[in-house]
Amino acid sequence: MPINPAELLYSDTHEWLRVEGQEAVVGITRFAQDALGDITYVELPDIGSAFQAGQTFGSVESVKAASDLVAPADGTVTAVNTALEDAPELLNTSPYGKGWIARIELTAKPDTLMDAAGYDVFCATEK
Amino acid sequence: MPYIPHTPQELREMLDVVGVRGTDDLFADIAMLPKHFNLPKGQSEAEVCALFEMLAAKNRTDAVSFLGAGFYAHDIPKAVDALAGRSEFYTAYTPYQAECSQGTLQAIFEFQTAISRLFEMDCANASVYDGGSAIFEAAMTAARVTKKNTLVVDEAVNPFWRRMLNTYLAGLDIDVKTVPQTNGASNLAALSAAVDNGTAAVIVQNPNFFGVPADYTDVFAAARAHRALGIISVYPIMQSVLKTPGEMGADIAVAEGQSLGQPLNFGGPWLGLMTCRKEHIRQFPGRIVGRAEDRDGKTGYVLTLQAREQHIRRAKATSNICSNQALCALRALIYLCLLGPRGLCRLAEHNMDLARYAVERFTSFKRVERLNTLPFAAEVALRLPLPAEKFVAALKGCVPGYPVARHYAGMNNVLLLSCTEVNSRAQIDSMIEATGGLL
Amino acid sequence: MNTIFAKSAPGRCAAVIESQAPTASAMLPATLLRARPPRLPECSELDIVRHFTNLSKQNFNVDANFYPLGSCTMKYNPKFTEYVAALPGFTQLHPLLAQLGDAGRAQGALRCLYETERLLCEITGMEAFSLQPMAGANGEFAGISLIAAYHKAKGRSRRVLIIPDSAHGTNPASAALAGFDIVNIESRDGMVDPQALADAIAAHNDNVAGLMMTCPNTLGLMETHLPAIVRQLHDIDALLYYDGANMNAILGKMRVGDAGFDVVHLNPHKTFGTPHGGGGPGSGPVGVNARLMPFLPVPRVEKQPDGNYRLNDALPQSIGHIAPFYGNFGVTVKALAYILRLGGEGLERVAEYAVLNANYLKKRLEDVLDIPFSRLCAHEFVASAPEGMHALDIAKALLDRGFHAPTIYFPLIVKECLMTEPTETESKETLDAYVEALRDIVSRGRDNPHALAETPTTLPARRFDETAAARRIRLTEDMV
Repeated sequence: MPINPAELLYSDTHEWLRVEGQEAVVGITRFAQDALGDITYVELPDIGSAFQAGQTFGSVESVKAASDLVAPADGTVTAVNTALEDAPELLNTSPYGKGWIARIELTAKPDTLMDAAGYDVFCATEK
Repeated sequence: MPYIPHTPQELREMLDVVGVRGTDDLFADIAMLPKHFNLPKGQSEAEVCALFEMLAAKNRTDAVSFLGAGFYAHDIPKAVDALAGRSEFYTAYTPYQAECSQGTLQAIFEFQTAISRLFEMDCANASVYDGGSAIFEAAMTAARVTKKNTLVVDEAVNPFWRRMLNTYLAGLDIDVKTVPQTNGASNLAALSAAVDNGTAAVIVQNPNFFGVPADYTDVFAAARAHRALGIISVYPIMQSVLKTPGEMGADIAVAEGQSLGQPLNFGGPWLGLMTCRKEHIRQFPGRIVGRAEDRDGKTGYVLTLQAREQHIRRAKATSNICSNQALCALRALIYLCLLGPRGLCRLAEHNMDLARYAVERFTSFKRVERLNTLPFAAEVALRLPLPAEKFVAALKGCVPGYPVARHYAGMNNVLLLSCTEVNSRAQIDSMIEATGGLL
Repeated sequence: MNTIFAKSAPGRCAAVIESQAPTASAMLPATLLRARPPRLPECSELDIVRHFTNLSKQNFNVDANFYPLGSCTMKYNPKFTEYVAALPGFTQLHPLLAQLGDAGRAQGALRCLYETERLLCEITGMEAFSLQPMAGANGEFAGISLIAAYHKAKGRSRRVLIIPDSAHGTNPASAALAGFDIVNIESRDGMVDPQALADAIAAHNDNVAGLMMTCPNTLGLMETHLPAIVRQLHDIDALLYYDGANMNAILGKMRVGDAGFDVVHLNPHKTFGTPHGGGGPGSGPVGVNARLMPFLPVPRVEKQPDGNYRLNDALPQSIGHIAPFYGNFGVTVKALAYILRLGGEGLERVAEYAVLNANYLKKRLEDVLDIPFSRLCAHEFVASAPEGMHALDIAKALLDRGFHAPTIYFPLIVKECLMTEPTETESKETLDAYVEALRDIVSRGRDNPHALAETPTTLPARRFDETAAARRIRLTEDMV
């Protein structure tokens, strides 16, 4: 039974990507939020900023840890989830839903990401 | 041996538990290294105290002094020493375990509140080392917030801090554009004009190094128009009457907090005050205390926003600062409480009044004039008819001020004179008498 | 406890100067004045004395509690050093008096600086010291800046500093602040792994500026490969930085200069018994060997042939100014007094008893905690909470027994870590009482894990909701 949604793509830095035509939605995985603990703050990227896969585009913080957000694909930010500014806990309670982080316009096809089954295996080795 | 409590009997028992014959065995790992340790023999407490009494007496702190240059002699109520001298405060460490450190934590929270209110800014951190490191940390905060790398700095910002800024920036890709002052006056229009889209921050000081206060509202508006931050360094005592950083629209306001209850101490420990607008707090350096509820719903205080700091974020931390100046911050808080709003305002006014008297007496000599005709606070720049270095050397039993030519070209004859409540009109009168024929 | 702001009453005051001065509005234009007075507390002196006296009672502190906070060297702070540092001849001295004329008004203070530098050189085996850095991390920054200046003077840009994963968090933060890239290497068996170091050097070859080391390291272990490590770095003309936070373990036993280090910072608020003040002020003198001397911060204190002291600014290759003047002089005075009181033999005893106390405590806790390294430790040791228990819970339970907790969750490379540093000034009775408390806590935790999670219960506060505090930040009375 996969713990991560089958329709998403995953990076080895624990971000997920949902491709919707030319656009994609980005978030962090259940595994990532679990490792961080109660998330207290999300630094969101600026709308209009462009990133290449592997670049830092923001960060998330808990009381005792901080982690960079790493872009899973090349793209330009078209929207961010401003609800996270007041309710960062959405990343804990709904990492694949209300806790989405940013919407990007893809400038290249993502090609280095894992599917859900591959990511499940990857997570098992990370523990 | 002083401060080591072990009896011979206990030493033996402990070595046995550890399983070694003697303490030398504890250092077997480094026994291969050469040994050299040619230090003097220990002395009794009385001997050491006598030595330091002799050394302290060699420092001529008895001379009447009008030396300031950003660092001031003030009267410090004895209650500051009595309270900050409680070892419950001074022998504690950084308050990592909040439940047994509420004294320190609440004091820092109150300090943050007091400084924020004095500057009319949203929030403050728990202090950095000094006024110079506060300017550097403020500049770094601006560089992170704006992701830009040029600083516009007023030449009338204290040169002791500007030279620290240069040292600290040496390895970084950050440029400093210095805007010249004119006769001790900050060029507000030139500062605004120097800001462009590459500017991370504009840095000014109020009153500036020459004692001239100004309203930097327009400079900060120009910064904002170019998505740069406005950084201002202030003199905390004078801040009780002067227009506040908050009123001017500053993003970050800093200060050397020495004048708030810290002795001059030959240069330290003092403390750097740092305040900012709320939206920048997560890019701020240093310890920050926040209000929290404990498990029973009781209000208390904790170190918060720690994910910014070096022990968590390591190389990506907002700063490397770890130890700060917590005890100095406590002194500043107690000092502010003792003086209160009225005590602080009256002190600023008293010292400004004294400076006006000094100006009146000095300018009664025809060959002495003020460096400019602008308003001044409690420190003032005078142009003398002789090199200021010479004047300072010639006066016996009195230090009339600071010769600024070391930091500013063309100011050989300029003396920076500061008045505080440790001075008096009588002192000024006798200084004027002592000038006998020089002026 | 209510804040001092809640105790304020309009019109009450403690210290208002008697003055005939006119109001500010009579002396300055209205455009330069603030609209309303600062909202500071209005209290009587007794209100204030009572408030801060009561606040002070809510602190654990070395004078009242055993404080085995690893890496922090919370030893007893002798009282006489407070006396000497408070002498008016020091406290009332303006730093610029040493820069006017022949510095004749500041000879006593300059001699303190000079003597301290000479003694620190003898203690560490370095050639020269600067007392400017105002805390340990500031000393690191200064030391790293000296390394940068050294390479720059040789006409090359080297951008990499190698830092073992057992280093203090300030090391990589200071290196980054000085503009360096950091290459992290993993420890093996608690030591710098010579192979990992060789690999890192090979990978970055011409770009390696130096290595930062803590020794004994944050696992409380003496580095056994030192000579090899020194050679590896010096072979490529890279420099070795010694983080002196753990100097208490080696006083008189090893001099870092003799061991081959090029630059070192010390923490007098740890090693030389100056108090930590609830977070500062500290001080972070930086020492160098001959090759880094030209780059030291200015001004330097020099002794003249006539026995007088003066400042020298003329070091063309100096990195500049780390402090506005001469560092935290008040802390320097206390450290100097401590060193003179103990003398060479006393300092050596410090290291011996600090290491003895740590090893005794470690041995006696072997059947209580999980101790990963069985070899002798230095002045501190790491242990893990027993399986199924949390370091945090043990720490909080210790508070209930009147003991400050060890450092927890550091270093990061030991799970559920408790890092314990007893220091030399604690007696066997105190250590034994601590062992018994810990033994009892662990046994209770085994019987009932929830019991520990409820601690502390005897202090002014119980555990805080730090997550809520970080989500909705309230940093002043006015942020609600």
